[in-house]
Amino acid sequence: MSTNQSSLASQSNQANSGFKVQQPGLLTLIQDAGRLGHHRIGLTTGGPLDSQAFKWANRLLGNELNATALEVSIGGLVLTAEVDTWIVLTGAEMPLKINGQEQDRWHAHPVKAGDQIEVGFSALGARGYLAVAGGFQVEHSFSSSATVTREGIGGLNGEKLQQGDYLKCAAVKPAQTFRLPEAYRPDYSDQITLRVITGYQQHAFSDYQKRVFFSSEYKVTDRADRMGYRLEGPEVKPSIDGILSEGICHGAIQIPADGQPIVLLNDRQTIGGYPKIGSMISLDTARMAQLLPGSRVSFEEITIDDAHNLHCLAHAHFERIQPEAIS
Amino acid sequence: MATKKTSSQIDQSAEAGLRIEVAGENALIIYFGDKTSPEVSARVQQAVTILQEELGDKLIDMVPSYASLLVIYNLMLVDHLEVKNRIRPLLASLGNAASAEGQLVTLPAYYSTESGPDLEGLAKRAELSVEEVIKLHSETEYRVYAIGFAPGFAYLGEVDTRIAAPRLSTPRQKVPRGAVAIADRQTAVYPAVSPGGWNLIGLCPTRMFDPEAEPTMPVQVGDRIKFNPIDRDEFLALGGEL
Repeated sequence: MSTNQSSLASQSNQANSGFKVQQPGLLTLIQDAGRLGHHRIGLTTGGPLDSQAFKWANRLLGNELNATALEVSIGGLVLTAEVDTWIVLTGAEMPLKINGQEQDRWHAHPVKAGDQIEVGFSALGARGYLAVAGGFQVEHSFSSSATVTREGIGGLNGEKLQQGDYLKCAAVKPAQTFRLPEAYRPDYSDQITLRVITGYQQHAFSDYQKRVFFSSEYKVTDRADRMGYRLEGPEVKPSIDGILSEGICHGAIQIPADGQPIVLLNDRQTIGGYPKIGSMISLDTARMAQLLPGSRVSFEEITIDDAHNLHCLAHAHFERIQPEAIS
Repeated sequence: MATKKTSSQIDQSAEAGLRIEVAGENALIIYFGDKTSPEVSARVQQAVTILQEELGDKLIDMVPSYASLLVIYNLMLVDHLEVKNRIRPLLASLGNAASAEGQLVTLPAYYSTESGPDLEGLAKRAELSVEEVIKLHSETEYRVYAIGFAPGFAYLGEVDTRIAAPRLSTPRQKVPRGAVAIADRQTAVYPAVSPGGWNLIGLCPTRMFDPEAEPTMPVQVGDRIKFNPIDRDEFLALGGEL
């Protein structure tokens, strides 16, 4: 796999079709919807932290919703096109420039071979999604292209994008491309309420401790990454120190001995032994992952039935919105 | 499996420590007990097989561990009530089934101070000779209780209480691939170079995780493991690196 990828990089003048990475940015990762079904050998899911913005990026190009795109954290990505195709940038407010000309986000744009594409640093939000018509062509590893750097799996050699990498893709003329009207674009404000289903070891947290958790404000610390977001605020103490290691689902909120919650995300370890008060719904982990350190959050308790309803509603909403066709 | 279970049978299993809790928006966790034991682990294994059959496409993934099973389902195809209703009667029947025996896998291990920097310290602490530590570690048959922490990291248990040892107070930045290690009553072989705080007592030349190999791992949860002591030359001949 690794030899294959490096030879791609060195043969970029050989009938290649794709994008050359001029500047990789702070943290740019190749992602599809994630690696599912491999927890039993210890592989985590990976995939886009903001699954909503990721889905929209693919949909605005008429791609499969699982097509491989780039997750750009914070910004700073510069690519050169070596193919005629279409691109779109969704997610955080990172200025998009094509040949120095600022372009609308959440809006598909044609690019030609030789064009320079810049994704600048974010004014609001933390994750941008750059998709290309037909998706980037990246070899699958365990049925997914998702990069998990901690495991060294997925993407190109299991690493974040490097200067000189080559992102292969076919020249595609999409049947139809789209822009998302402003009214439907998300607002990445930095003071939000996140919905949590209590579960796991919730019985080890007294009513008082739960009240502290659900009525206090927490700050996103600078130890917030793809494994988990560490929050800081009033201590929450379970009546037990540790548990037999057990499976950790996406969004699980574990409380280690210091009483400070950690929300576990896409690159989490698959098992662990800290008590957990419950789990955040995926719609809200997506919003939280757009927050930068210093942002403030609070939690709201919802039932599992509410969570199911919200999930189905969000799905119906996504299906119902008709983006504007670009002629 | 399709036979209807009476409520008394379900209650019996509840008394046996069976509990289903919500884990997340599309995940339930089944607790089979509060302690590690080969019997509980065998029930976790049986549940994996049975639930896989029962839920099929509705299932996204499962994470078996010491005494629990995390069940992740597709929220667009099924909800928590249906999953609970389907799995409850199946779980109630587990107790009566024969205990599942995993395959026996032998892993070669080059135990030495050269390959295991904590071997002497652990022996001293246990007031045993290095040879006795090796004997105790390699004569016990272990069970794979869980896989996690990193791809291919298998938690094996349980080591003889005489050689159980707490994690290092300062974890190493770099534990070599193949390191045979002890933490409390658990033992493991590091599948890749990684940071780690376990006590290193030797090196195993068998790859515990190889993305190119089929199967990717030589062991799975529920398997039985024995370590076979080998010398330096055998270790090198088997592809081991020092």
